[in-house]
Amino acid sequence: MRNPLADKIVEIKPSGIRKFFDIVKEMKDAISLGVGEPDFDTPWHVRDEGIYSLERGKTHYTSNAGLEELRQEICHYMQRRNHISYDWKKEVLITVGGSEAIDIGLRAMINPGDEVLIPQPSYVSYEPCAILAGATPVIIDLKAENEFRLTAQELEDAITDKTKILILPFPNNPTGAIMERSDLEAIAEVIIKHDIYVMSDEIYSELTYKGEHVSIASLPGMRDRTILINGFSKAYAMTGWRLGYACGPANIIAQMTKIHQFAIMCAPTTSQCAAVEALKNGDEDIATMRTAYNQRRRFLMNAFREMGLECFEPYGAFYVFPCIREFGMTSDEFATRFLEQEKVAVVPGTAFGDSGEGYLRISYAYSLETLKTAMDRFQRFVTGLRAQKSE
Amino acid sequence: MREELLAIIEKNSRMDLKELAVILGISEIDVVNELQALEDEGIICGYHTLINWEKTSIEKVSALIEVRVTPQRGQGFDNVAERIEKYPEVQSVYLMSGAYDLMVILEGKTLREVSSFVSDKLSPLDQVLSTATHFILKKYKDHGTVFGQQKIDDREMITP
Repeated sequence: MRNPLADKIVEIKPSGIRKFFDIVKEMKDAISLGVGEPDFDTPWHVRDEGIYSLERGKTHYTSNAGLEELRQEICHYMQRRNHISYDWKKEVLITVGGSEAIDIGLRAMINPGDEVLIPQPSYVSYEPCAILAGATPVIIDLKAENEFRLTAQELEDAITDKTKILILPFPNNPTGAIMERSDLEAIAEVIIKHDIYVMSDEIYSELTYKGEHVSIASLPGMRDRTILINGFSKAYAMTGWRLGYACGPANIIAQMTKIHQFAIMCAPTTSQCAAVEALKNGDEDIATMRTAYNQRRRFLMNAFREMGLECFEPYGAFYVFPCIREFGMTSDEFATRFLEQEKVAVVPGTAFGDSGEGYLRISYAYSLETLKTAMDRFQRFVTGLRAQKSE
Repeated sequence: MREELLAIIEKNSRMDLKELAVILGISEIDVVNELQALEDEGIICGYHTLINWEKTSIEKVSALIEVRVTPQRGQGFDNVAERIEKYPEVQSVYLMSGAYDLMVILEGKTLREVSSFVSDKLSPLDQVLSTATHFILKKYKDHGTVFGQQKIDDREMITP
């Protein structure tokens, strides 16, 4: 029989997370600090609105770009939180999670051979999506000494005359790094100078613990060269609703809408109805969850300090990214041994790019109780390793 | 910081000082001083335990009693409320807007005990015009805590 598969797909490496997941799955009683989603359930008033929409028979397609009311609310939100004006008719597209926006955004903008700059460690789908879109991914290895922020020099060094898009994933999964205004201003200058575009994945924007989140699209000259991606999963604990959106220049959004129309039709109507409620009346829910995450973040940072483990202080998302180089093991080895010995699952930094080697992603989307138990075990494990080493 | 501290200990008054200091990002001394200040100002009025008595073998009966009273010149409802609150079986006394004036939450061992409180102690008070007693049949949620089954974390173990 002929080979039924497409070479381009087969050649894409499976997600490193998947491999680890299969090991963890076998251990029923393990504690996991491995999830990339909130532990909170969606606020009740939002769920209620979803249910209510079903009762009213809102069970049909919406327009391709999404419910008008939702697009309008997103524009209000963008104005309120990021101080950017978007035209809801032409500059907003509702997608199936932020992930779809990443995929179709790249497909709408890439010509064969274009280079896409991807700072790593970062979310697992940028590189495969860039390849699927026909781009050549160019990885920028972010460094711990810069708190895993992207510097203007690193960007400058990576740009060639084929560079078309920079993916800007901050607040960052897995490092928890953020980019403050001055960091963004520095790279904006380089971006404008070289006339490239930015895909800014700001899905964790509401989970910022140092000042207010700043969107690169709000900087002078950046609005029209930025596709801003956000969504409901992280801010409103709505991962299972699969709802995100992209805001950007009308010509790009129009082409993205075309792909979305043929591939997806429209985002789920129930989710869209619930999301309207989230944007209208959900600011307080965000604040409550942010406060809880911040308390856990401080708890973890303190735990690692007490263990004497090197860890830069992350100010975003719900991850910490401690360094485990002192133990002379790879991230994979460490995570596997930790799981076997102490039954705690963490994700090796390498799942998010080679530059994650020597680090672990630890999620604090868990109750303080769970984190406490896990950190006691971490302490015990680390103490054991150090004792072995000094023998 | 005060608001965040109160929000935490309202849910969990047993959290120790060191842990409070860590998650609030302040020193332990500051936590101690702030708690002391909150107690002195009468903002923190006690550290109680939420108990689901239904799960014990101890019999308890709770009732909400709506009380209509005649307010007194210069005193309003305070006088009568202060008389009612003195009974140890009275858990709460609230002044209400609407069809009645005071809401009294009562806890007793038996139905008889509750009803005799109403007929022997509450109703005879001069200012009390009428009462309506509602017995609580089941508590689903109390003080923000759901008494039903504990929620289990059924998220996937590892997700990107």
